[in-house]
Amino acid sequence: MSDNANDVTELGVAAIRDGVAKGDFSAREVAEAFNANVAAAGELNAFIVATPDMALEAAGRVDADRAAGKALGKMAGVPIGMKDLFATNGVQTTAASHILEGFSPQYESTVSQKLWDAGAGMLGKLNLDQFAMGSSNETSYFGNVISPWRRNDGGNAPLAPGGSSGGSSSAVAARLCPAATGTDTGGSIRQPAAFTGITGIKPTYGRCSRWGIVAFASSLDQAGPMARDVRDCAIMLEAMAGFDPKDATSLDMPVPEWEAGLTADMKGKKVGIPREYRMDGMDADVAKSWEDGIAWLRDAGAEIVDISLPHTKYALPAYYIIAPAEASSNLARYDGVRYGLRDLPEGAGLQDMYAATRAAGFGAEVKRRILIGTYVLSAGFYDAYYTQAQKVRTLISHDFKNAFTECDVILAPTTPSASFALGEKSGDPLEMYLNDVFSVPASLAGLPAMSVPAGLNREGLPLGLQIIGNAFDEQGVLNAGLALEQRAGFTAKPEKWW
Amino acid sequence: MSVDKATVARIASLARIKVSDEELEAMVPELNQILGWVEQLGEVDVTGIEPMTAVIPNTLRLRDDVVDADPLTGGGRRDAVLANAPAAEHGFFGVPKVIE
Repeated sequence: MSDNANDVTELGVAAIRDGVAKGDFSAREVAEAFNANVAAAGELNAFIVATPDMALEAAGRVDADRAAGKALGKMAGVPIGMKDLFATNGVQTTAASHILEGFSPQYESTVSQKLWDAGAGMLGKLNLDQFAMGSSNETSYFGNVISPWRRNDGGNAPLAPGGSSGGSSSAVAARLCPAATGTDTGGSIRQPAAFTGITGIKPTYGRCSRWGIVAFASSLDQAGPMARDVRDCAIMLEAMAGFDPKDATSLDMPVPEWEAGLTADMKGKKVGIPREYRMDGMDADVAKSWEDGIAWLRDAGAEIVDISLPHTKYALPAYYIIAPAEASSNLARYDGVRYGLRDLPEGAGLQDMYAATRAAGFGAEVKRRILIGTYVLSAGFYDAYYTQAQKVRTLISHDFKNAFTECDVILAPTTPSASFALGEKSGDPLEMYLNDVFSVPASLAGLPAMSVPAGLNREGLPLGLQIIGNAFDEQGVLNAGLALEQRAGFTAKPEKWW
Repeated sequence: MSVDKATVARIASLARIKVSDEELEAMVPELNQILGWVEQLGEVDVTGIEPMTAVIPNTLRLRDDVVDADPLTGGGRRDAVLANAPAAEHGFFGVPKVIE
């Protein structure tokens, strides 16, 4: 199928939307083609549940609306994958955990509802790291997601699609869906996008409603789109974003027309290069791709300026106090009483039931983070760990504020390396955490940040470049991303083996 | 600061997670490795710095003090609330007997 130039599964969001509107093909044909790709890609384990009928129903509504001459939505006729962290009415929502296995939400998350209202359809619920805790999609109760990419050494070592939105990245890269939702707490959209040669943006904290998203660390969690290119991300983010009275931290601001505002002209713009991101022993291919990115943005008319983000090295340790602290509080709700798993040993009381349920229902990484979070919030340690981390977070935010007096956007690598083999880092939690070193600072400061494919490394694996923007300046981020995209000319895609 | 087996057992009990003795043995060095690493935050001079409370400056809103102002989060949804309960009886969540 993939060598067929007329294959609609080679198209992205904009091309499908425009093709359906023009009548080049029907929404139903598109949904059928992607349903077939999903059904044939079981080996990637990208989906926990496929919902082909829902994709067809949504497509049918779009085709009927078009036939009736009605106005079509921003995502009309585009079938998408939904990360299984978004509550979907009547469709199992698990956060890739055992404790939520079989949970059938009685309501729809705001972001998914907005996408359906815009004419998108659901191909299925995408696998992820359990409760979005992980960087390789190896912590899912429903098994590892495999990246469609392979190294060019002839070996077939299964590679990590990144995490936590690993089902989303694998599915988009493998053409199982033209776009997917992701969520980003410390890099969970950008890192998997970089690992799989796709594009993903985390907007400013508060742009997308968190209502109906299974909570991990509420002061960091943000939803965003993952797609093939910058324009597709702009379109989908417009459909996802917007004020929601049901989320206390939702931004009460109009949603800009990001697609219409796209321009790759960087004249008059300053691009900051943070010197603290240039770490000792940096991977040579990653360093090279960063240099390429600098040259591309200069070519687009931007002025390159050296900037300093002095507290960069403290971002990751601060994150690994704050995120587990919030997680330990958020995940207290899984108690075997209101929803999800219950493990009630013979003769057990209420407290024993809680402890048995949570022991059986949470995976090792989730337990590790709950314990760390419980410890740093416990009496006697709260100030030394949690308060100190929140003060450091203020300093990290100040670093960015100062930097944005000297530049418009910041350019850095997305990750310190390309994808690694499954199992390569899963034995050492700390080594896995270090994978988020370039993505976590923007999360702590709530800033919009995007990853765009930059090229392939010596192993034939994708590398991503990251653009970080000032709060509310998604447009600046998308535009710099577009300037990179046009010059990178990234057309590589994984060879089909699944 | 580092944790010993007894401390990890106490944290697990606070977090309501049952852990076996073997799991405890494995967790102690793992948690100590992570805690040892985050301790570098102690080097940072935070004199006069306020802990962050809001990522993006925002005003806290109050909804109108009206019953069921939003039907989705308001009342009258008992069956939906109970729909996923492992044990629901007579319109209530069922739990093991708490009082002897």
